[in-house]
Amino acid sequence: MLRLQNLSKRYKTGDLALNNVSLEIPDGQLVALIGPSGAGKSTLIRCVNRLVDATGGYIYLGDREINSLSSKELRRVRRRMGMIFQEYALVERLTVMENVLSGRLGYVNFWQSLFRKYPKESVHEAYRLLDRVDLMHMVDKRADELSGGQRQRVGICRALIQDPELLLVDEPTASLDPKTSRQIMRLIRELCAERGLAAIINIHDVALAQMFSERVVGLKQGEIVYDGSPEGLTPDVLTEIYGKEDWEKTIEKAEDDDAMLDNGVPA
Amino acid sequence: MPTIKTNEGPAWRKRTPLKQWLVWAGWLIGLCIAVYAWQLISEKTIWMFVFDAPSQMADIGKRMAPPDWSYMSKLWRPVWDTLNIATIGTAIAMVLAVPVAFLAAHNTTPHKSVRAAMLFIIVASRSVNSLIWALLLVVIVGPGVLAGTIAIGIRSIGGCAKLIYESIEEIDQKQVEAIKATGGSRAQQMIYGIVPQILPTIAGVGVFRWDINVRGSTILGIVGAGGIGIQLNASINVLAWTQVSTILIVILGTVFVSEYISAKVRGAII
Repeated sequence: MLRLQNLSKRYKTGDLALNNVSLEIPDGQLVALIGPSGAGKSTLIRCVNRLVDATGGYIYLGDREINSLSSKELRRVRRRMGMIFQEYALVERLTVMENVLSGRLGYVNFWQSLFRKYPKESVHEAYRLLDRVDLMHMVDKRADELSGGQRQRVGICRALIQDPELLLVDEPTASLDPKTSRQIMRLIRELCAERGLAAIINIHDVALAQMFSERVVGLKQGEIVYDGSPEGLTPDVLTEIYGKEDWEKTIEKAEDDDAMLDNGVPA
Repeated sequence: MPTIKTNEGPAWRKRTPLKQWLVWAGWLIGLCIAVYAWQLISEKTIWMFVFDAPSQMADIGKRMAPPDWSYMSKLWRPVWDTLNIATIGTAIAMVLAVPVAFLAAHNTTPHKSVRAAMLFIIVASRSVNSLIWALLLVVIVGPGVLAGTIAIGIRSIGGCAKLIYESIEEIDQKQVEAIKATGGSRAQQMIYGIVPQILPTIAGVGVFRWDINVRGSTILGIVGAGGIGIQLNASINVLAWTQVSTILIVILGTVFVSEYISAKVRGAII
């Protein structure tokens, strides 16, 4: 379980990115985090694994408080949180296999990582994951040879091989076309269900958020303004989060898309 | 304000009239400086010697021809030494330049003061010509190939480290961040996130530097630091111009081959 308590982040520039955010995510729950650009979605996710250091408040993963950890303890806690990035953030010049195995770096020592001497079980797990996301034929390809959707699937494998309890997913579909976006979101949802993972997914696309999450949190100027079911996202709520706009179409369209996809577009 | 109001509506120019005049004035001042400088040079030149130059050149050319090809047999060894000085010197420089670069780049340096110290090493190495390093080293380790190799090595550290640290500063930080997020240590972030990104630069810089060093090491023998320069110096001292021309041709050939090899290798890397 992840629990944020009065979390705040003020950047050196003076911008208050997060203002007293409290949030509780039980095990296995898939949460979509929506909000306009600059609302603090990325900052929130990055505070959780301390790529960004919060300036106030507490973060608990299980019963460990994260903000006060030493760097060695922090590395151990980071292993329990897999991160998936908007532009994949694969190491471009390494192979797919090396990229997937890099998810185990928190478990191996310096020399093992230098000579890529990963334990046999890790390699087997990497093969299983790559098979699960249909990338077995790409194992020895360099990451920069892959298409966007393939890269994101490698990114997913890298996060999952950490054997995490929680996935932090930062705009996973922002660089992908609509169909691939849906496939990636569906894959993330299925994998979370298979492994009982909780996930926080930052996402721009309201329709996608409604389609693939069980809970939506709306962030506006660093504060939570909505926390509830996807169905609760009425035009009024969206106006509250994003500002005035004709939201009826957005919501209808989401339902249309879902219906279309249920009529047999393969994942 | 490049948009100017006219009777036919707004017009656009790259510069306002005032700026345009300033640009012209700048060119005029530049021209004046050039004319003045030429005058100074002209005053300090003994023009008799300059007008004499074509016949002098013809004279030396005549004495150099034909090259003394029999002297070639004595040149293979110095050419080999020259290549060794360049190659081993470059290898030493690269081995030292990589850690220096990591300590100097602002995104990998452990501390600002370390960065300052590394930048000092880089500047010191670059600001002294390899011939001067060789001159010092001949005194310290004695004349010969070793002095030349170390001179080339010291001279190259700065240039190599500078290019490598600049490429470290330009890497895609997100790849490093991803490694950090998996729980990788700083050292692991370096070997996994940074090194793959700068590997092509390291290889490119090494080859580029080797090419420069082949040219640089042909001259080191003049101060006794080994290589073909020793023969060149000796032949000039005894006015054996036909030998000098042979040596120059050999140097030209060596440089030509090294340029060819480095171009090929660089092409293969990129």
